[in-house]
Amino acid sequence: MPDLGKYAAEVLSSYGISLALILGLVALSIFRARRVRESLAEIEARSRKNG
Amino acid sequence: MASIWEYANPNNFIDTTDKLLPWISILAVLTLVVGLVWGFFFTPDDYRQGATVKIIYLHVPSALMAINAWLMMLVASLIWIIRRHHVSALAARAAAPIGATMTVIALVTGAIWGQPMWGTWWAWDPRLTSFLILFLFYLGYIALWSAIENDDTAADLTAVLCLVGSVFAVLSRYAVNFWNQGLHQGASLSLDKEENVADVFYHPLLLSIAGFILLFIALVFLRTQTEIRARRMRALLTRERLS
Repeated sequence: MPDLGKYAAEVLSSYGISLALILGLVALSIFRARRVRESLAEIEARSRKNG
Repeated sequence: MASIWEYANPNNFIDTTDKLLPWISILAVLTLVVGLVWGFFFTPDDYRQGATVKIIYLHVPSALMAINAWLMMLVASLIWIIRRHHVSALAARAAAPIGATMTVIALVTGAIWGQPMWGTWWAWDPRLTSFLILFLFYLGYIALWSAIENDDTAADLTAVLCLVGSVFAVLSRYAVNFWNQGLHQGASLSLDKEENVADVFYHPLLLSIAGFILLFIALVFLRTQTEIRARRMRALLTRERLS
């Protein structure tokens, strides 16, 4: 860990907040992609069944 | 070579991006991790700004992507207006939350960096203000897409909003040059080597920017695929209801 001196709080909070936002965005995007893919497959199967 | 318009076909878009997505994602993670680790652990403090200079590896790439995401949305919106390709409208929709997140990161890291350097979290400086307005445009754009049920009408109206918001995207990039006043410094990167940040910060910064660009591309691909599937889902559900 580098010595951040008196600015440790500023630097660490910048990295913490930014990485949390990026990881949150990635997680939400993947989660929604999976959910929509599954729902669509279900609806398509139902449509095929009902002709 | 295939014409770019072939990707206006949703199935072609999904097939192609499915193949590209894993590679771009791996590259994005690698460049981001190397750029940020290099910048955080292996660069010295700045003689004036101390350790706060390490915030540059997040602040500059996120600010860059906040503006460029909007410009990408502008191009996609123009394609929608002119050629009526649904994939381009959905790509613009997919990019908006990514751009909004980048704008938040730029604003938050800027405020945290500004406090010890300028003595204030916020100032009504031309660049900061135009960035805040850009963020409000992102929120308005996302809200407008969600508020309108008909996809084509939503795409039309958001495309117009995107054209208007582009003024602020350009303004936030060049605000410092236009007014030449306020607290915010000029660009950290320039084609003129004299105006660039010092080499020791420059290379990890470039890598970090590359990581943010690749992350943006990967997320736009994934989210556009999702929007295409969601649109198809809505169409099928409407057909079901009508039959």
